[in-house]
Amino acid sequence: MSAVEIIDPYDITAKSNNLGRRRRIQQLVSVVALLSALFAVLILALVLGTVLYKGLSQLSLDFLTKSSALFGEKGGIADALVGSAIIVAMSTLIAVPIAILVAIYIAEYAGPKAASFFRVMLDVLNGVPAIIVGIFIYGILVVGHGQSAIYGALALSILMIPMVARATQEVLELVPRHLREASLALGVPRWRTVYSIVLPTAIGGILTGVVIAVARVAGETAPLLFTSSIVTTQGVSVDVHQALATLPVRIFTLSESPSPDDQSAAWAAALILIAFVLVMNILAKYFAGRKRKSLEGI
Amino acid sequence: MSTLTPDPAAPVAIERRGIRLGDLLFKGVAGVAALGVTAVLGFLTYKIFALAWPAMQKYGLSFIWTEAWNPNTNVYGALTFIYGTIVTSFIALLLATPLSIAIALFLTELAPRRLASPIATMVELLAAIPSVVLGLWGILVFGPWIANHLEPWLQSWFGFLPIFSGDPSQAGLLPAALVLTIMIIPITSAICRELFSRVPHDLTDGSLALGSTRWEAIRRVALPYAAPGISAAVLLGLGRAFGEAIAVTQVIGSGNAINRSLFPPGDTLASRIASTYQGASNNIEVQSLLYLGAILLVVSLITNVSAQAIVNRFQKARRMSTG
Repeated sequence: MSAVEIIDPYDITAKSNNLGRRRRIQQLVSVVALLSALFAVLILALVLGTVLYKGLSQLSLDFLTKSSALFGEKGGIADALVGSAIIVAMSTLIAVPIAILVAIYIAEYAGPKAASFFRVMLDVLNGVPAIIVGIFIYGILVVGHGQSAIYGALALSILMIPMVARATQEVLELVPRHLREASLALGVPRWRTVYSIVLPTAIGGILTGVVIAVARVAGETAPLLFTSSIVTTQGVSVDVHQALATLPVRIFTLSESPSPDDQSAAWAAALILIAFVLVMNILAKYFAGRKRKSLEGI
Repeated sequence: MSTLTPDPAAPVAIERRGIRLGDLLFKGVAGVAALGVTAVLGFLTYKIFALAWPAMQKYGLSFIWTEAWNPNTNVYGALTFIYGTIVTSFIALLLATPLSIAIALFLTELAPRRLASPIATMVELLAAIPSVVLGLWGILVFGPWIANHLEPWLQSWFGFLPIFSGDPSQAGLLPAALVLTIMIIPITSAICRELFSRVPHDLTDGSLALGSTRWEAIRRVALPYAAPGISAAVLLGLGRAFGEAIAVTQVIGSGNAINRSLFPPGDTLASRIASTYQGASNNIEVQSLLYLGAILLVVSLITNVSAQAIVNRFQKARRMSTG
C-alpha cells in the first residue's frame, strides 16, 4: 500500500493540480492572443504604409487639379474627386432623412413585434451584397436609361439607409425615458417631443452613424461599376444625368492596368481615398465622444 | 351681426386636433419610410429573379451544377463560381475565426487597458479600409509576395496535397481567400469582443476564485457563454465573404475551370458578375450573370437570416435565465 499524498489546502506553495503546467498553458494562450492582435495591426500597418509610401511620391497639385488624360500625358483625378463628392453627397441627402424617419418609427412608434420585424429587415438589407444592389439598380434603371450619377447615388443610398437607421435607432433607445415623459407631461405632442427633445439629445450618436456610413459608402465600388462607370465626357463634369467618374471606380480600373504609370496613379488615388476615410473615422470618434457626454449629462 | 359667444373649450379642442393631426402625420410619414425600406428589400429580391428569369427558364436548375461559361456556344453554368465562392470563403473563415476569437480575448480579458484601446481602434480601422484599396494592395503587393514566397513554401512542405500543386501564381483562389480573411477579421473580432465583454463578471470571477487560471475561466465559462453569439458572428463574416466582389475580382484572376489546386485563377459568384458584365456579349449572358446574382442573393439572405435567428434565440434565452 502506497502512502496517500495529503495536500494541505492552506499551503499555497504545495504543487497541486499541475499548477505549473496550467500556468504555462495560460502564458502560451496569452502569447498567442497577443500575436493575433499584433498580426491584425501588422496587416493594417502594411496596407497603410504601402499606400502612403507609394502614393505620397505621386501626389502633386497637378494630380489633384487635372482630369484623367488619354494616352501619353500624365492625368489627374480632379474629375473623379468631383464625381465622388457629388454622388456621395446626393446619396447622403437621400438616405439620411429616410433612415432617421425609419429609426424614429422603430424607436418611438412601433410596438415590440413591429420594431423587431423592422430591425431584422434593416439587418437583412444591410447584409445584401453591394454588388446585388448594383445589379438591381442596373436592372430597373440603367437598362433603358443609360448610366447616370443619380442612379449611382440611389444605389449607394440603399446601402446607406440600413446602416444609418440602425445606428440612429440604437441611440434613440438610449435616450432616457424620463426626458420623453417630462415633455409629454407638459402637453407637448409626441412629434414635437421627438423633434425638440429626443433628436437633439441623440444628435451625437446619429452623426457618428452618418459619418461612418459616408466613409463606408465613399469607398464602395461595386454598385458604381453598374451605374456610373462608363464616363463619356472629358474633364470635370457636374452633370448628374451622365455617368460621373468616381474615386473608387478610378482606382479599380487603374489597378487592373499593366502600365506602371497607371499603377502609381492608383496608389495616389488610394491615398486620397484612405485619407478621407480615416478623417471621417476620427470625426466619428469625436461625435461619439460628444454623444457620451450629452447622454451622461442627463 | 350677431356676436358669437366664444366657447371657452373651443380653442383647446382645435389645438388638440392640431396635435393629433401632427402626430398622425409624423407617425404616418415615419411608418411609410419603414414600410418603404422593407418594400425595397422585397422589390430587390423580386427584380433580381425577374431579370434572371429567362436564363432560369433556359438552363433550369442544372445551371447550378454545370461547369461552363462559354459565350460562343451560349453554354453557361455556375458550378465554377459556386466552387470558388465556397472554397475562398471557407478558407477565409477557417483562418479568420480563431484569429478573431484570439484578438477579442486579448482585447477583453488579457491585455492591459492602456494597450487594449489603441489596438481595438486599429482593428476597427482595418474594417474601414475600402475594399478597392485592399484589392489594389492585394494585386500589386500581396499577390506577388504570395506567388514568390508563400506558395513555393507551401509547396515545398505540403506539395503532396493536391490543393498546393501546380505553378505558383500571383492571382488565384489563395490570394482571394487571404484577402477575404483580412476583410472579415475586423467584423468577427468586433462582434466577439462585444460578446466577451457581456459575459457576467460574477461567472468569470467565480471561476477564478475557485482557482482556475484565466485561460480556464475563459475556456470553461466565457467561451460556452458566448458560443451561440460567436456562431452568429461567423455567419455574418461568411455573408460578407460571399458577397465581396471588388477586392476578390482584383486578386482572383478570373478563370473558367475548377482546379484542384488553390494556386491558379478562379472566380466567385460576385467576382464573375463584377468582371464580366461590361463585356457581356449578348442578352443571355447578362441574364446568366443575373442568375449568378440570384444564387448569391439567396445564399446571403439565408446566412444573414440564420445569424439573426441565432442572435435572437440567444438573447431570449439570456433574458429568461437572468430575469
